[in-house]
Amino acid sequence: MNNMYTFDTSTLWAALPEIFLLSAIVVVLLLDLFLTKPFKQVTYYLTQLSLLITAILAFNLIGEPKTIIFSGSFVLDNMASIFKVFMAGSTMVALVYTRHYLTEHKLFRGEYFVLVLLSMLGMMVMVSGYSLLTLYLGLEILSLSLYTLIAIARERAGAIEAALKYFVLGAIASGLLLYGMSMIYGISGSINITDIATFADNSTLASREMLILNFGLVFLVIGIAFKLGAVPFHMWVPDVYQGAPTSVTMFLSTVPKIAAVAMLVRILVDGMGAMHDYWSDLFMVMALLSIALGSVVALMQTNIKRMLAYSTISHIGFILLGFVTGVVEGYGAAVFYVLVYILMSMAAFGMIILLNKQGFEADKISDFKGLSKHSPWFALMMLAIMLSMAGVPPFIGFYAKLFILQQVISAGFITIAVIAVVFAVISSYYYLQVVKSMYFEDSDNEITITAPMDMKLILSINAVLILVVGLFPDFWMKLSISIF
Amino acid sequence: MVSLSDYLILSSIIFCIGLAGIFINRTNIITLLMCVELILVAVNTNFIAFSHFLGNEAGQIFVFFILTVAAAEVAIGLAILTLLFRVRGSIDVDVTNSLKG
Repeated sequence: MNNMYTFDTSTLWAALPEIFLLSAIVVVLLLDLFLTKPFKQVTYYLTQLSLLITAILAFNLIGEPKTIIFSGSFVLDNMASIFKVFMAGSTMVALVYTRHYLTEHKLFRGEYFVLVLLSMLGMMVMVSGYSLLTLYLGLEILSLSLYTLIAIARERAGAIEAALKYFVLGAIASGLLLYGMSMIYGISGSINITDIATFADNSTLASREMLILNFGLVFLVIGIAFKLGAVPFHMWVPDVYQGAPTSVTMFLSTVPKIAAVAMLVRILVDGMGAMHDYWSDLFMVMALLSIALGSVVALMQTNIKRMLAYSTISHIGFILLGFVTGVVEGYGAAVFYVLVYILMSMAAFGMIILLNKQGFEADKISDFKGLSKHSPWFALMMLAIMLSMAGVPPFIGFYAKLFILQQVISAGFITIAVIAVVFAVISSYYYLQVVKSMYFEDSDNEITITAPMDMKLILSINAVLILVVGLFPDFWMKLSISIF
Repeated sequence: MVSLSDYLILSSIIFCIGLAGIFINRTNIITLLMCVELILVAVNTNFIAFSHFLGNEAGQIFVFFILTVAAAEVAIGLAILTLLFRVRGSIDVDVTNSLKG
């Protein structure tokens, strides 16, 4: 116990991606101050470069044995490294789409990129956090940057309102999470996940201790559900998605979900794995409510961002179902679903950004009318994305749902699987509505695609991946299981 | 001698006041910010009480971080409020209804 709080520089390599990213943020932030208007693009390229190097550094750490450093508050394992690579990669893709949006809407500012990098840092800390303190700090770095990112469109009343709603609900959520953490700390006497796991695993716990542990657990689950946007803690999701600038919506609907799932795994699976029976009941209720509400309410939406928000809620329901099963394969299926969801969601929002032009947000479903005549290629891509989200084979979204349902059924929850499938069928209605607008309706106003070549290329690759990965899902599924 | 449960009861009362304030309050957003602070104060009380009675410093360190983050959070919250006042001319909760839901 005596050397628990010593600081050993020889272990710093395990946090190399974070350390590098933090230094890069400082450099980008300072450099941006000295760049004059014509050179503002430099900030963008530097941001991309720092993300690329972070991804490479994290990639090199894949395969290292599990290392716990900083007095047990930071962990390096395969899950952390793989998630970091995915997060850096998807942030880079998001930034390619974002650049087009920012120039069209005159929001191109250096702060935007710094804030994206900062939220990336927060997510990396969350993914690697192994004590309640680091997890909380990572979460706050992420959330505070996201509030600011949404409010970056200073003149738009909708964006400010979205930022305010996200801020208030996010602050309540972290308050609840902290209250749960304080209870867990009080009963187990430690904030380290390892110690909490040992404590929760102890079969000789008195019923009074069990009660307090449960009490804290409920608050932790609520806090995590808030961040994931699961029903009944989903109130912020549609408003924030609709109000925020589309590029920010794209970012906050994709990458932070990996971090939230990672936090879930760290706290509930690693830390409270012994209490699975208690939290899986909560998850089951939330998962079913999310799938049902997400599928039904989305039917009535005319705003495609709002529709995607409800679709996110139902996807989150499926992800939570994976954790209900309580087996490694189920957790793997949930992680696979998250990665697939990010691929699809990124492409869907990329498509909305593609149709944006100066001072015009293409955020109505009707804005997609007649896309097939104007640009058959991108209409086809959008078709693939929508079918994949609805869960039609051979697209990747089908396998994501399939793996989850397989695990749910083999865990013995057949009724739940049936309900999930019924609602998945209902939800295909609104995905197909977009397809109908694209192929069978004529556009009211001229569609012009002003996006630069790099965005078109990356977007096409992104959408094609939905099909290609769908042809070989086994490799990714094995990868997702291997991290547990 | 003040016992641990006294502290916990106090903090849960503060916590509930904070939560109730957020859900009941329908007029002013500044009040929302104050309620969020109340929740954090409750958490801090919990951590310090536990830390003292367990004889373990981790909880007190945690409190320092919570205080710092709370300061940053309020700074951002007030900044968003100023922006809201600029575009809407009011900071009542009622004006934040242009997004349905």
